[in-house]
Amino acid sequence: MRHVALTVNHSEHRLELEPRELLVYVLRERLGLTGTNVGCDTTSCGACTVLIDGESVKSCTVLGVQADGAEITTIEGLAGENGELHPMQAAFHEHHALQCGYCTPGMVMAAVGLVESGRAGSEDEIREGLEGNLCRCTGYHNIVRAVAAVAGRV
Amino acid sequence: MTTTETRTGRYVGAPVKRKEDRALLTGRGRYLDDLTLPGQVFMAVVRSPYGHAKINGIDVVAARAAEGVVAVFTGAELAEDWLGSLPCAWPVTEDIKMPPHFPLATDKARYQGDGVAVVVAESRALAKDAAELVEVDYEPLDATVGLAASLDDGAPLVHDELGTNECYVWKLATDDVEAAIEVADVVVTRRYYQPPLIPNAIEPRGVLAQIGPTSEVTLWSSTQVPHILRFALQLVLGIPESKIRVIAPDVGGGFGSKLDVYAEEALAIALARRLDRPVKWIEERSENSVATIHGRDFDTELTLAATRDGTITAVKADVTAAMGAYLQLVTPGVPLLGAWIYAGPYDIRNYSVTFTGVFTNTTPTDAYRGAGRPEATYVLERTMDALAVELGMDRLELRRQNFISEFPSTIASGLTIDSGDYHASLDELVKRLDLDSLLSEQRRRREAGAVKQLGVGFSTYNEMCGLAPSRILGAIRYAVGGWDSATVRFQPLGSVQVVSGTSPHGQGHETAWSQIVADSLGVDFDEVEVLHGDTAVSQLGMDTYGSRSLPVGGIALVHAAEKVIAKAREIVAHQLEVAGEDLEFDAGTFSVKGSADHSMTIKEASFAAHTAHNLPDGMEPGLEATATYDPPNFSWPGGAHAAVVEVDTETGDTRLIRYVAVDDVGSVVNPQIVDGQVHGGITQGIAAALYEEGIYDEDGNLVTSTMVSYGIPSAADLPSYELARTESPSPTNPLGVKGVGETGTIASAPAVINAVVDALSHLGVTDVQMPATPERVWRTIQEARQ
Repeated sequence: MRHVALTVNHSEHRLELEPRELLVYVLRERLGLTGTNVGCDTTSCGACTVLIDGESVKSCTVLGVQADGAEITTIEGLAGENGELHPMQAAFHEHHALQCGYCTPGMVMAAVGLVESGRAGSEDEIREGLEGNLCRCTGYHNIVRAVAAVAGRV
Repeated sequence: MTTTETRTGRYVGAPVKRKEDRALLTGRGRYLDDLTLPGQVFMAVVRSPYGHAKINGIDVVAARAAEGVVAVFTGAELAEDWLGSLPCAWPVTEDIKMPPHFPLATDKARYQGDGVAVVVAESRALAKDAAELVEVDYEPLDATVGLAASLDDGAPLVHDELGTNECYVWKLATDDVEAAIEVADVVVTRRYYQPPLIPNAIEPRGVLAQIGPTSEVTLWSSTQVPHILRFALQLVLGIPESKIRVIAPDVGGGFGSKLDVYAEEALAIALARRLDRPVKWIEERSENSVATIHGRDFDTELTLAATRDGTITAVKADVTAAMGAYLQLVTPGVPLLGAWIYAGPYDIRNYSVTFTGVFTNTTPTDAYRGAGRPEATYVLERTMDALAVELGMDRLELRRQNFISEFPSTIASGLTIDSGDYHASLDELVKRLDLDSLLSEQRRRREAGAVKQLGVGFSTYNEMCGLAPSRILGAIRYAVGGWDSATVRFQPLGSVQVVSGTSPHGQGHETAWSQIVADSLGVDFDEVEVLHGDTAVSQLGMDTYGSRSLPVGGIALVHAAEKVIAKAREIVAHQLEVAGEDLEFDAGTFSVKGSADHSMTIKEASFAAHTAHNLPDGMEPGLEATATYDPPNFSWPGGAHAAVVEVDTETGDTRLIRYVAVDDVGSVVNPQIVDGQVHGGITQGIAAALYEEGIYDEDGNLVTSTMVSYGIPSAADLPSYELARTESPSPTNPLGVKGVGETGTIASAPAVINAVVDALSHLGVTDVQMPATPERVWRTIQEARQ
């Protein structure tokens, strides 16, 4: 077991982790943050995307122990304290960019990372930037609309 | 008529934002793997790595001794737990061969992924670790893979006791098909193979089973069909349905792959019962690829016969369809779901389809988005283009000349199309496409010998959905009914609960049902709460598949609301001392005709119904009603789609640059949700045309079992879509709705392949096997050049 300290959604946590534990299971099973979903376990689908030190990362690709000292934001930490949706969440709602919702937390986090990194300047850029996040319901059409709407306002 | 929106109420017809979204967007969705019960243990299934192998023995000693292991069982050790086989609800012919299919194999493994043992441990990781320690003595056998080969004499038999791999032969034909083909001026026969597709809902399957204090069973499952699952579980486990509660929590996509009764659902209950602890199982992605049903795998020879002037006189389809290794819930029936539409939107009077179902050493097939109808539409629309070439006719003119144009229309296959306007959809499509400019650009590139050639492909289609009239289902040997139900319940203080018999997994029922009920009762959208996916809450229901929720369940909902209004009317009439027919009901208020200030709201009637202080003699207190609805006909969406592709003739790379769809799905309750369904449906058809293919090697190994090897398209692979609608309300139901879940998938694959072929036709290319991967397109170009 290894001692790990990490900050998740502004809360500090000190954990004893098995070296093989993936970050996504640390979030889901140790911290109870089940908003981050697992779709493939193999870094293909992006459902588990979170922000680590502001950068979008697939949390099934990161070992919990690798996140020692990191600041992590999950979908649960995105809305404002008064419950006001983050602009990206609001845009997904407005543009009907989710159906079953399973890929949505990862997709929203990837989109936030994309816009904040300034790489969402055109439809092509948005589509390329979301390449690592699979959605089976929406055909991406409305997701791209939602991200473009936010990017246009930033 | 071409419209984009028809408003019929305050909410119905409007792009009301979904009430499902907030929870899902903030991480508060409750999917299967988010559920945890005290004392729960994890199940892992040991699966065959071979496509076909005899099981000589299983050594579980090391696994049982491993850290954290609670129990290990082989198939033989659990055999006494099963009252019956996993059910197949659609024995399509009297003499269909239905081999047993128990949750774990005992004698031999019949596909890669067939379960042979289960391990239960204190954690997910420990269960997986111990599963690795189960030693199975397999004797690999030759596998049957490939449709034609499976019927050869001497082919390895999937089920030895059957003596054949042929599962059934099913026919539907009018009298004079062969004669019509014989005398036709022009006959075109084409053969198309549609490979297996792996549905890949982003949420894999999962189950959690708990046995309660009086032996009652609660099963949470990531399923589309909690009601069907409940009665199926009685058949497998011998537990009365009255003791089984099935809950579908938030379900992360299905597309038909969760319309089934799976081994793990029965296993989890059997193990929970044996171990007296809740048992949870969550599928891994590569496990999903082999253990969850596949779609398609159809080999079809299609013949069209026509007069020289382009009147199509006969259609004949000979289909060989893979069942896979076992029959799942509706496996044999999937071809039949397309059996009546091999003439599509065209008036073709001589009609014949023959389906031969075959067993192969592959994952069982079953309903995947469109189920039978994409398969029919693909071969028809590909062959329509081939016939146009043969006749020297414009491909759209050929379609227009043969369109059914009067409705209702009884078609040669025997059913009656409710309504439609195929000309309107195609006209609108051509207008939006700006076809002339595209064709002139195509000419320019051809003349210039450009590396990147342009192709435009079309697909005009119809489909039958809204499954389904129960009598027809009975006549074609489907074992369950096609009705559905809904309950509308006023609470004493005026809020409204709706209980839905259909069970959503992304379609937005909570929003659409609230729109319908809010308009019917004259209450606010936010005052309506929709409950679903729990058989203890919703006793009556036939679940969600086959684009049925709105045209069947939605109509039950309308009827339930009407019953509630009728009872409220009686209460109001009694209290205001007028006759019921003297009351007008509008926007939630009953008013006496000609005396508008003499009125009472339906919420006041609800309060009165619950206090029961002053009700008509004999009236039962409370204000709620349940309605069941059995549709008198299928519903028949239709439309016209076009794909524009750019094909790099040097690399074979195909880029979809435009996709334009004009669909007619009848009246629309929520245009934003309808567009979303079309976007998703189109994408799954495009994926079949360009990217996705389940590939087995000759030993039955699935070589596309990961999301790396199986090419699910990402946002970067696709364009934005251009959608429009024409609207022919269905005359068979009061909402005029038809269903929209599958239209896009049915129409899009042929449009895309027709476009790829169109881009290359001047090079002599007449067909490209789907999916049109760069390698395949490149090889096709090279072969055509030789």
